[in-house]
Amino acid sequence: MSKVRLALSLATASLWYRRKVLALVCLTLTLSVTLLLGIQYLRTEIRQSFTSTISGTDLIVGARSGQLNLLLYSVFHIGDATNNIRWSTYQKLAQDQRINWVVPVSLGDSYRGYRVVSTNEQFIERFRYGNNQPLELAAGHWFTDLFEVVLGAGVARQLDHQTGDSVVLSHGGGRTSFANHTNLPFRVSGILAPTGTPVDQAVYISLEAMEAIHIGWESGIALPGRTLTAETAKARTFEPAAITAALIGLDKPILTFQLQRELNQYREEPLSAILPGVALSELWRMMGQFEKALLGISAFVVITSLTGLIAVLLTIQAQRQQEVAVLRATGAPPVLIASLYSFECVVLAVAACALALLVGGGAIAGLGPWLLEQYGIQIGLRGLNQAEWLLLGSVPVAAFAVSLLPALRSWQKSRKLGFAGSGEA
Amino acid sequence: MNSSTATVKTACPAIETRDLRFCWPGRKQPLTFPDIFLPSGEHLFVHGPSGTGKSTLLGLLSGMQAPQTGSLSLLGRQTSAMRAGARDRFRADHMGVIFQQFNLVPYLSALANVTLPCRLSALRRTRTDQHPDAAAGQLLQELGIPENHWHHGVTEMSIGQQQRVAAARALIGAPEIILADEPTSALDTDNRDRFLDLLLTLARERQCSVVFVSHDRSLASHFHHQLALGGTP
Repeated sequence: MSKVRLALSLATASLWYRRKVLALVCLTLTLSVTLLLGIQYLRTEIRQSFTSTISGTDLIVGARSGQLNLLLYSVFHIGDATNNIRWSTYQKLAQDQRINWVVPVSLGDSYRGYRVVSTNEQFIERFRYGNNQPLELAAGHWFTDLFEVVLGAGVARQLDHQTGDSVVLSHGGGRTSFANHTNLPFRVSGILAPTGTPVDQAVYISLEAMEAIHIGWESGIALPGRTLTAETAKARTFEPAAITAALIGLDKPILTFQLQRELNQYREEPLSAILPGVALSELWRMMGQFEKALLGISAFVVITSLTGLIAVLLTIQAQRQQEVAVLRATGAPPVLIASLYSFECVVLAVAACALALLVGGGAIAGLGPWLLEQYGIQIGLRGLNQAEWLLLGSVPVAAFAVSLLPALRSWQKSRKLGFAGSGEA
Repeated sequence: MNSSTATVKTACPAIETRDLRFCWPGRKQPLTFPDIFLPSGEHLFVHGPSGTGKSTLLGLLSGMQAPQTGSLSLLGRQTSAMRAGARDRFRADHMGVIFQQFNLVPYLSALANVTLPCRLSALRRTRTDQHPDAAAGQLLQELGIPENHWHHGVTEMSIGQQQRVAAARALIGAPEIILADEPTSALDTDNRDRFLDLLLTLARERQCSVVFVSHDRSLASHFHHQLALGGTP
């Protein structure tokens, strides 16, 4: 036991003595461990934030298609719907006793590259994300007038819009559109608070407004004289013929599967009903391959810097012959000399891990608010989970494993060492 | 009868060798050594031209190398029959060593260098009779190392001071045998005489036997016995 204490104290004294050379190695190791740990941390965080893109919704209903496709266009606004669902179907859903609420969603238009989502007041009331968090308005109010629009936080930030601004929506998707609804401009009535979900990247209008701006567009372009003006539009009432998808919340979640089966076998038109949680984890499984590769790469970075550490230790070994001769002559067994290398490696690795925790924690604490503000990515500081501790703990273990190389070499050499360091074979 | 066994014990010679022979790997010609008999507490001066195996002899005596043939017994123990680990422990318990130069662990303070044997050997620690740091301080004082140098790095010290710190390390815990490999060759004449004087005085107080290797024959008069190497072809 006293030998272990001696070896440990010798190792730390030796590290401190060589601190100028080793500081650079330690820095490299710290950065690579920060990278490894950071990627694992972000993986967990992003997965968490991804799988909680939508919560509280029991079923998403759309035209017959695969569950990923339905999820992508209805929640992530990626791709297009295969078909619409009839307004009568929506009304039936809304009247179903088992269904607590229905949020209709109609897609198709865009505003400078951002999707236009037409819906109703149920959206702001019922939509939940993250840990069952409701949507909040950062400024203004939810649309009440026909030509009012609510912007997602990302849209408002990117395009620098305030409430009261006038915006012109475009027909169809895409960043540049030649068919604009110039005759019917909208006024920004409210801006949503950032959520870190696709909600930030869309603009919201009423279902009636969506109908109104498309009067006279039946052939795909505006026919002169058939489109409405703001005044004529306000004098009319609109009822949509179809919507793209509907988000459904149930009174009793236990009925989810029963209702899903019913909707999938709906006789009036072909429908698909999906469980958002299941679809989200399937989507994540697909994307998960990429982040696994990233973690693998960062593990290789750690191995590379450990190899660098060993290279430095082996170089230093040549300078340590005198010291080894003194220790051996004083009666230190070869195994003590060898253990110095292992201890030094492990102590360095532990120091690098501690520094990496500090650097990583500081970076997340410092950059977290900025990331949410700029990119809508929500990353908070939290304790490490078991997988992360294991990953961190594996670094000193790996350091010990690679230290066996110089340790074994010095063990062999010091066994053959003669008096005053003479006569190495 | 008890007292007679005690005398037998103390009468064990510090060093007794017979037909020692050692061959470095890769060399054809083995080194042979004359037989040594060194009574406990007496000092031996070893001289001879380079290449005659002075350092090899110290390597054999210290147990860092094992002779191919012949027997070596220290303090009545047959060390040539011991395994390497036992020889290491024996060296830690019963021997102090001083090299020609680079005697100290560069990252330890002077005091920590001196107490090193007490941390490697429980026997040496108990023999100091006091805390190793106090014993080391006393030795350093006696060897004329100013107290403000004790806790500093040893690399800033002069060669003479470094050699005296090495002597303190060899002497701490009163080992029975001290092996010194040309410890004065890097010192000037004044320093050399002072060093030798201090080493032998302190060794006598502790009843240590000193084996002193040097090619400076003028030092031989300080020792009880002399051994010339290089007589054999």
